[in-house]
Amino acid sequence: MVAIKELYKKFGKNEVLKGIDLHISGGGIISILGPNGSGKTTLIKCILGMVLQDSGEISINGNPLKNNFKYRNEIDYLPQIANFPGNLKVSELIAMIKDLRDSKATKDAELIELFKLQPFLNKKLANLSGGTKQKVNLVLAFMFDSPLVILDEPTNGLDPISHLRLKNLINSEKQKGKTILITSHILSFVEEISDEIVFLLEGKIYFKGSISELKTKTEQPDFEHAIASILTNSYA
Amino acid sequence: MRKILKYSFYDLMRSRWSYVYFLFYLLLGVVLLFLNNDLSKAVITLMNIIIILVPLIGTIFGVMYYYNSREFTELLLAQPVKRSSIFLGQFFGVATSLSMSLIIGLGMPFVFYGIFNSSAIWDFSLLLITGAFLTFIFTALAFVIALSNENRIKGFGYAILLWLFMAVIYDGIFLMSLLYFEDYPLDTFSLMAIMLNPVDLSRVLILLNLDISALLGYTGAVFQKFFGTNFGLVLSSVMMMLWVLIPTYFIWRIAKKKDF
Repeated sequence: MVAIKELYKKFGKNEVLKGIDLHISGGGIISILGPNGSGKTTLIKCILGMVLQDSGEISINGNPLKNNFKYRNEIDYLPQIANFPGNLKVSELIAMIKDLRDSKATKDAELIELFKLQPFLNKKLANLSGGTKQKVNLVLAFMFDSPLVILDEPTNGLDPISHLRLKNLINSEKQKGKTILITSHILSFVEEISDEIVFLLEGKIYFKGSISELKTKTEQPDFEHAIASILTNSYA
Repeated sequence: MRKILKYSFYDLMRSRWSYVYFLFYLLLGVVLLFLNNDLSKAVITLMNIIIILVPLIGTIFGVMYYYNSREFTELLLAQPVKRSSIFLGQFFGVATSLSMSLIIGLGMPFVFYGIFNSSAIWDFSLLLITGAFLTFIFTALAFVIALSNENRIKGFGYAILLWLFMAVIYDGIFLMSLLYFEDYPLDTFSLMAIMLNPVDLSRVLILLNLDISALLGYTGAVFQKFFGTNFGLVLSSVMMMLWVLIPTYFIWRIAKKKDF
C-alpha cells in the first residue's frame, strides 16, 4: 500500500531521515516509535507530501507522490497539534472540510455522538479546551472512510473515557481492512493495539516487526523494557 | 482555490479587526466630509492617509494572518487540495476583505454625501482603485515575507521594514538624489524612480488627476505630460499590475518548495 524507497531528508544541517526503506502492505495497525527527534513526524509528513524529500521515492498504491495531490483523497490524517481558526464554529469547520474533500459519504454524525460533541457544535473553536479540540480533530480525521489513516499522537489530551472510545474506534476501523499508521509515546496504548511496530532511531529504521519479535530480539520480558533496552544500547 | 478563498474571506469577515478597519474608514470619511465640506479637499486628505495607512495595514494583516493560520494551513495541506491554491486562496481572501473594508467604509459616507452628482467622482474612484491595488500589493509582499521566514518576530520585523522603506525611506533617498544631481536632467530618472515604488506611483497618479497639479510647477508639467497621456496611464496601470503579479508569482513558487 505504502512503499518508501531510500528516503532522505535534512533540514539545514540536521539530517532527519537517512535512508528509510519501508513497505507497508494493506491492513492492520502499524505504530511508528522512536525517541524525540528520531524523524517520526517528518516521515509521516513526507507520506502526506507536506515535507518534500531530498531524495528517495514514496508511492501509495503504486502511484508516486511527486506533483500529485489527489492521492490525499485516500488518506485521513490526524495532526499532532490541533489548532483551528478561532472564528469558526465546530459545525462550520466540519462542513468546510467536507466541502473541501467533495465527499458525500461521511460519518461525522456518528463520530460526534461517539465523542459526545453535540453541546460544542455551535461553540467557536477558540473557546474549546485542548481535549475537546482533540476530539474535533479526531472527528475530522475519521469522518471519511479512507483506506489509509495516519494518526500523529492521537491520545494527546484525551480523558480516560475518550481514550477508551478511541481505542474501540481504531479497532473497528481495523476490522474494515484499513491500514492505520500511529505514532505515540504511550507504550501501553501502542502495545495494546499494534499489529506491527516500526522503530526509528536517528533517521533509520532500527526494527520492524511484531512486538513479540521485538521482545525476543532484545531478550526482555515486556514491551517497555524492550524499548528501553534499545535506547540504552544505542546511546551507550 | 475558490473554496479556500471563500473560507478565508468568511473567516476574516467575522474577525473583529475587519470591523475595526471598516469603522475606521467610515469614521474618517464622515469626519473629513463634515469638517471640509468640500469633496475635492476631502479626497486629497484621504489620499495622504490612504497612501501611508493602506500599505501598513496590508503588510501587518498579511503577516498576521499567515502566522495565525499556520496550524490550520497544515490541516489543509493534508487534504486533497493543491498547495498553490491554499496560499493563493488565503492571499486573495485577505486582500479582498481588506479592500472591501476600504471601499465600503470610505464609499458609504461619500455616497450619502452625494459623490455621484459631483465632479469628484473620477478622482474618488481613482483613489479607491489605487487603495485596492496597494492592499493587494502589500498583502502579497507580506505573504512572501511570511512564507520565507519561519520566525514570526523576524517576519514581522522585515514586513515593517519593507513598509518603512517603501512609504518613508524611499522618498528620502529619492529627494536626496534629486538634490545631489540637480545639475543633471532628471526627468527620466524621476519618472523611473516613481514607477518603481507603488506608493509613490499611486501618490503621483492621484495628485496629477486633481486640480492642484497645476501648483507643481515645471516638474508637475513633465509628469503631467507623461501621466496625463494615455501611454502614461497605461504604463502606470501595467506597473501596478506587475507589482501585484510578481509577488503573487513568488508566493506560488515559495509555497511549492516549502516544508511544513
